[in-house]
Amino acid sequence: MTVTATPVLEVRDIVKTYGGVHALDGVSLSLAPGEVHCLAGENGSGKSTLIKIISGVERADSGAITIDGTTHGHLTPNEAIRSGVQVIYQDFSLFPNLSAAENIAMLSELAERRVLSSRSRIRAAAQRVVDDLGLSLDLDAEVERLSVADRQLIAICRALVNDAKVLIMDEPTTALTYSEVQRLFVIVRRLQQRGVAIVFVSHKLDEVLAISQRLTVLRNGRVVESGDASGYTRRAVSKAMTGRDVSETRLVNDVAPDAPQLLEVEHLSRAGGFDDVSFALRAGEILGITGLLGSGRSEIAEAVFGINPADSGRILVQGKPRRIASIHDAVDAGIGYVPEDRLTQGLFLDIPIAENMVAASLDAYRTRFGLLDRRRIRRSIADLFGRLRIQAPNSSAVVRSLSGGNAQRVVLAKWLDRKPAILLLNGPTVGVDVGSKEEIVTILREQAAAGMGIVVISDDIPELVSCCHRILIIHDGHVVAELAGDDIDADEIQRRMAA
Amino acid sequence: MTARLARLRGPNNEGLLLAVIVLVVIAMSLASPAFFTAGTFFALVRSSMVPLIFALGVLLVLISGGVDVSFPAIAIFAAYTTVTLFMDGSGGTALVIFAVAMLIGAGLGMLNGVVIARFRLPTLIVTLGTQGIFKGVLIAYIGSAYISAGDLPSAITEASDRHLVDVAGGGYLHFLIVPVVVIVLLVAAMLKWTVFGRSIYAIGGDTEAARRVGIRVVRTQVWLYMLVGALAAFGGVVYVILGKNANPQSLVGTELDIIAAVVLGGASIFGGRGSVGGTVLGVVLVQLINNNLVLVGIPSTWQRAAVGVLLLLGVSIQAFAATRGRSRPVAVQKEVAA
Ligand SMILES: Nc1ncnc2c1ncn2[C@@H]1O[C@H](COP(=O)(O)OP(=O)(O)OP(=O)(O)O)[C@@H](O)[C@H]1O
Ligand SMILES: [Mg+2]
Repeated sequence: MTVTATPVLEVRDIVKTYGGVHALDGVSLSLAPGEVHCLAGENGSGKSTLIKIISGVERADSGAITIDGTTHGHLTPNEAIRSGVQVIYQDFSLFPNLSAAENIAMLSELAERRVLSSRSRIRAAAQRVVDDLGLSLDLDAEVERLSVADRQLIAICRALVNDAKVLIMDEPTTALTYSEVQRLFVIVRRLQQRGVAIVFVSHKLDEVLAISQRLTVLRNGRVVESGDASGYTRRAVSKAMTGRDVSETRLVNDVAPDAPQLLEVEHLSRAGGFDDVSFALRAGEILGITGLLGSGRSEIAEAVFGINPADSGRILVQGKPRRIASIHDAVDAGIGYVPEDRLTQGLFLDIPIAENMVAASLDAYRTRFGLLDRRRIRRSIADLFGRLRIQAPNSSAVVRSLSGGNAQRVVLAKWLDRKPAILLLNGPTVGVDVGSKEEIVTILREQAAAGMGIVVISDDIPELVSCCHRILIIHDGHVVAELAGDDIDADEIQRRMAA
Repeated sequence: MTARLARLRGPNNEGLLLAVIVLVVIAMSLASPAFFTAGTFFALVRSSMVPLIFALGVLLVLISGGVDVSFPAIAIFAAYTTVTLFMDGSGGTALVIFAVAMLIGAGLGMLNGVVIARFRLPTLIVTLGTQGIFKGVLIAYIGSAYISAGDLPSAITEASDRHLVDVAGGGYLHFLIVPVVVIVLLVAAMLKWTVFGRSIYAIGGDTEAARRVGIRVVRTQVWLYMLVGALAAFGGVVYVILGKNANPQSLVGTELDIIAAVVLGGASIFGGRGSVGGTVLGVVLVQLINNNLVLVGIPSTWQRAAVGVLLLLGVSIQAFAATRGRSRPVAVQKEVAA
């Protein structure tokens, strides 16, 4: 599709620095009506920053934004909304204390400059979008009580409640299931037909290539490539983002034939979650568990880690049966867990990276006198910081200032520091760029080679294929298939997952 | 069953609070026959009026995610200044006196609002500072003298003696209960049914998110603090009318009791939560205890302790309710529904 229409949005030479760091360094971009424009780039390349400048949330140091022919030096969020810009923010930006319906409709109530607020009107507006997307959401529930996936859906609904000219989606699919993503794409194509210009940011390159017509790649705050999306392959996008060839090929180390069984799960069941699940994990092995969101894959991990213990079944750790009724029991047994929702469960956002890294393992640094061994802590921090290649000025930067991929490495560091025998990772690379993904997978391989048993719960099939010795496929709470060795194949997994 | 119980308890534990009030009333009635009378009831209403008005202001600020400790200083500043303006018989009906005081209060509130919103400073620190300033300016420049009934503007002394209902034995219901009830209802309506009210909740929930959906956070906060200042001034004038004197040293120091009552009424100290209904109940419960512990033979020295225990209970229930609500939905069922 060649678009010759005048651009609905144009940004020119945007520069933005945070305390000397160039987040954006002269970025220009133009959007034609009816196009889906993908913004790609590694973690920290400046995608979200550019989006926040377009939506008036951040002020650029220099540069101009033209929306529909009107040029603004800087915008306020209000002006941006009134000019027809709608944004799904990476962090959702919802109100935890308000109902889903109010979260969805508040923006349009404000945009219409209403004085009185009507509960029934708000509900009707929210219901309309929810129906449009074919979702079943509890509109009266407070957002605080909803799951991450539901929150993401609400953030999407909010951006759709008003008729936008420009719709910007900053990683809108990180928590969504395959079918929800497909429904979102249907809506996107419909909006496109109506002439809405769409900016799409995602680290799931398959999604990007499926939906976009144009592609702009940022690296270190500069545009390095921009062009027709049909001219790109997965590989070419990865290369443009990282500047190197990213390998996604399958690479697994052999497990020693005499490697001990670290974890044996026998007939584990939990009402409403999963039923009769059995598997085993040997030292040095990486086991993948996959399935659609809601299939029970996360619930299995949460049961093994004692968050929501199983109703029946047995868990053996290093050959010995263990009762795991709480997180404490699991940690005692030598199990570590990297949760799905790192921003709310995994990290303290406003304290430094270094303190986050050792937060879960302070007990191990106690000296004979019950004091903390500062020197040993510093050594561990320096070691992890280097080993995980965390990109930050230094380890005393607060986690909130990190990009998504680097925050994820801090979570990983925190759990590696506990040196668990068994590590469960739930969606370890959600929101992480292809380059970092490869590095995280490499770290997992190294840990496994050193004797750790690793379970990766994920719906990122290429990633599972690239590192897992065996893969369990969960459907409706049951293990429907176990693939090993040469049987591990992306298409086969996709087919079994949906079956 | 549990769902029905949850509904009875209300979104901010209002139901629970009501139950506690009923229990306290029953206990006190059993302990002292003098308790369950119209006179006691009217006295409770009378002593609740000023705290209730203050509590509404505190509630609004708490919902928006702040803490205001300057309202007693604003109240007495506005009331005392207005009284001195109209003292020498220079006319002025009660209505005019209220209006002038509320304008002064709104002005002082605006100062709070501008400093808080523009410079994004912590509300507690700002209002601690302005509290000192307001009190200092009042005593240094406006007056430090106690004004007794004889010197008050006649409109005020007349208002002092207007009762709505009198009962045998000296009890009475003061007519100011009418405007107080109207204000309570207005604030409740504003919080529920106006975009301004909902914006206050949004700002308290997540200020940055509020900015991003297009709420003019600075403007909303300035209006909010002006409103709270005007409410405080209204309470100040009611205080002067009920007490039939104006003392520039009074009121300041009562702020924590009011904040305690509001938190007891279910408002969250972290912002974003709270209701007028809960606030009314919280104030009534605290006043009930303050007024009547002596009546049932508990020494007044225990009043503070009793209020403290109540507050701890209130906050613990809130914390408990917060963790209870966060159990995860069952995943498999969700997929079936989708
Ligand atoms: N508030 C802030 N203070 C300091 N630095 C910041 C702030 N916000 C962003 N940065 C820095 O600006 C750079 C760009 O960040 P940005 O969030 O735009 O990246 P991104 O491309 O969206 O990454 P991701 O894919 O991980 O979301 C990063 O180096 C980040 O650390
Ligand atoms: Mg981002």
